Amino acid sequence: MIEIRIHGRGGQGNVVAAYLLATAAFEVGRHCQAFPAFGAERRGAPVTAFVRIDDRPIRRRSQVHAPRFLIVQDPGLLHLPGTTAGLAAGGGILANAGESSEAVGAVTGHPTVAINATAMAMEVLGRPMPNVPLLAAFLAVTGLLPVEALSKALAERFSGEVLEKNRELVRAAAAAAPAGLWQEAADA
Amino acid sequence: MLEALEGSQAVARAVALCRPQVVAAYPITPQTHIVENISKLVAEGRLDCELVSVESEFSAASVALGAAATGARAYTASSSQGILLMTEVLYNIAGLRLPMVLTCANRAVGAPINIWNDQSDSMSVRDAGWIQLHCADNQEAVDATIQAFRITQNTELPVMVCMDGFVLTHTLETLEMPEQALVDRYLPPFSFPRALDPHRPISMGTLVGPDHFTEVRHSHHQALLRAKEEIVAADRDWAALSGRAGGGLLTVEGPEDARTAVLAMGSVVGTLRDAMEVFPQRRKVKLIKLRSFRPFPAEELRAACAGVKDLVVLERAVSPGLGGIVATEARAALAPTKRPRVLGFAVGLGGRDVPLETYPRLMEALGEEPPPEGFRILDVALERLSAEDR
Amino acid sequence: MMTDDTTDTAALRARQPRFHGLESGHRACQGCGEALAARLVTEATGPDIVVANATGCLEVFSTPYPESAWRVPWVHSLFENAAAVASGVEAALKAQGRRSKVVAMGGDGGTFDIGFQALSGMLERMHDVLYVCYDNEAYMNTGVQRSSSTPHAASTTTSPAGKARMGKRHLKKDLLSIIAAHHIPYAASASVAFPADLKRKVRRAMQIEGPTFLLVHSPCPLGWGHDSALTVEIARRGVDCGLFPLVELERGKVTGVMPIRTPRPVADYLKLQKRFGHLFDDDDHRAREEREHLQALAEHNIDTYGLRGTDSDPFDTAGADTVRRGGLGQ
Repeated sequence: MIEIRIHGRGGQGNVVAAYLLATAAFEVGRHCQAFPAFGAERRGAPVTAFVRIDDRPIRRRSQVHAPRFLIVQDPGLLHLPGTTAGLAAGGGILANAGESSEAVGAVTGHPTVAINATAMAMEVLGRPMPNVPLLAAFLAVTGLLPVEALSKALAERFSGEVLEKNRELVRAAAAAAPAGLWQEAADA
Repeated sequence: MLEALEGSQAVARAVALCRPQVVAAYPITPQTHIVENISKLVAEGRLDCELVSVESEFSAASVALGAAATGARAYTASSSQGILLMTEVLYNIAGLRLPMVLTCANRAVGAPINIWNDQSDSMSVRDAGWIQLHCADNQEAVDATIQAFRITQNTELPVMVCMDGFVLTHTLETLEMPEQALVDRYLPPFSFPRALDPHRPISMGTLVGPDHFTEVRHSHHQALLRAKEEIVAADRDWAALSGRAGGGLLTVEGPEDARTAVLAMGSVVGTLRDAMEVFPQRRKVKLIKLRSFRPFPAEELRAACAGVKDLVVLERAVSPGLGGIVATEARAALAPTKRPRVLGFAVGLGGRDVPLETYPRLMEALGEEPPPEGFRILDVALERLSAEDR
Repeated sequence: MMTDDTTDTAALRARQPRFHGLESGHRACQGCGEALAARLVTEATGPDIVVANATGCLEVFSTPYPESAWRVPWVHSLFENAAAVASGVEAALKAQGRRSKVVAMGGDGGTFDIGFQALSGMLERMHDVLYVCYDNEAYMNTGVQRSSSTPHAASTTTSPAGKARMGKRHLKKDLLSIIAAHHIPYAASASVAFPADLKRKVRRAMQIEGPTFLLVHSPCPLGWGHDSALTVEIARRGVDCGLFPLVELERGKVTGVMPIRTPRPVADYLKLQKRFGHLFDDDDHRAREEREHLQALAEHNIDTYGLRGTDSDPFDTAGADTVRRGGLGQ
């Protein structure tokens, strides 16, 4: 079972990101579970969501305390003490940041890949929604699921021009990420 | 069809599959997504029903009451303070023996205000005369919702389907959504012979004095007890059609000769199942999943506990001044037998996470010397309390 | 369920010489204004209705199980939810494609006070329901406690008159204006003293699709402290003096009033009732002041609604209903 924790801020589409990732897993026949760390937070406050992916039904409903991977939608959150807590040995952090992976990695102290998801989203969608490019990059870096599965999951939620733009964003973000870098960690 | 759905969305679609005629509801976290999804189905023309968006939970229940009395298939949903605001009406619906279904997205009751999950809300109305079914996962919530509409129709007792707020309502997971044709085969069109009708006028909700009140209560109690058969039959028949059983009144998993049993209701069951694999114990332990809290399956619990020395009950609510509600009821049910030691442990109050490690902690507590008292809040951080509150 | 044979109410109804929704033989007090009003209302609605009744005297005296005086389908749930139950009945009828009219009934306690929120919700959602409030101006079912409908200075068990108090200190809530502010198609007040007018208003409301409201002034001999034979006479004087104006409002605007040809002094109305007895103590200057206060309230109503009849009008208070009871006219 792979456990992933997503950190972001209210309004960045954290829960949607978790649902999309789980739905992508479902699209390729895996079992999935996604849920928010249920908060009463308003826009801008730090929020967390969890994803589990497995080949058999997922039964536990506890929060994810030792994730294999972290997806961090706002680099500012990396300075909060809880963000990287429990990250499994050999795991990695995919962060939305303008700086290089090395620079962000120096802050986190863990293997880190940084992509500028906000800039990508602004360019294609015209809105600073980093969740979809991050998910695309995440799938490219880990090889956990085919990137196409994410496009299918998007089609469950969006349609028309919004869907097309998001698919374009998926292609661009996946191409920009170091493909297969964490394949081993994902397969472990 | 197998789908990845949020629990609330799945339940909303299950409700729609049952073709309700009147849905009345008022928003409250964490029930809101259920009603939003039903509203969306209505707006999209996928569900043809009278959707009444009322000004309070009190009126939501009252509108459903009026609709049920008029012979319509009625539905509402709520949580926490909403359930408590409905309380007077809930007793009334049951007392009038009206068929309807309510989803309780279980949430703690304030004060202090807390929007997260425990089961204080449905516990607070356990004596209202409703059937109460608890769901361990969203598949069970979907199936129980469909079964509830049949149970309520056949028993003329209202059914509350309890699903843990957030933990189930806001969790997206893989589940099988039944086809409309399958539900139609299972659930006949709604009929209620006592419905209000100008052609056959009856008076419903009359003043009942001491001469008759006792008999009305007795018959209500008997009806709840008799409903056990229908709950089992509804599950069996649904399993025959869908291939999935929800677990009747209760189910027992694990070695038959186990001397220790853990009893739980709701979403914590899945975590326990995993924990029992992750943390294998020297002793044999079985898991009792209690699905029907009302009617309380006393006889079935006695059978499930045959040979059991220790029954550990996971409580998701506290009755201050008493302790665990489920454990107390289990103890009473087991009184006629050579009963096991029954220990209630409350966990996950007001949304506190219930991690896998809960299970080994429970097992450790069993071996404590001196033996543990009948009730304890397992995950309380005593060091955060003043000495007199510990 | 109970196994007692249920009476075939439809068959009983067929044997009535003329239709009564509320049959005689119930347990209301002698001279009960509410019982009279409910009978008049159901006579006007006809049998094709479903009644949702709030807790109160009407519910209690009409349905001591296993008896019922109702000849129309009737449901009672709680004190404060008649409007919401009626909303549900209406939604169900609509879903089933049935056309029967829904009539909600409650007293002033269940309407002005505890059921106020549910009523406002029902009106706002535009349910096709006629809501009838039988206004006897106090909680009579529990033994005469003040409600927000109790008139100023009236003595009740929770607003008793004494050395330090002259009865209820607050004013009667102007419910009709609040109802009218929902801009519903039709709202009106009526009185048991004017049965023809009352029934006309019910029929009017029955013809309208949407929420309608009727406030019926219904004296309570026990709570008001008057002779049971004087119910109609007292109700008449309540209208004649201007304290209970009979008006009609459509979409929030006054569209009709019953003119008062010769307004009577409020004292004529007050002096027949024990609840105002303390206002007639000649040695107490407060009594005179409160009487003057009530007189001013009546005149305020007369001015606000333009009730003063200028000429002979067949529909004014003197002409609309010439029936006198008990031989105690003016």
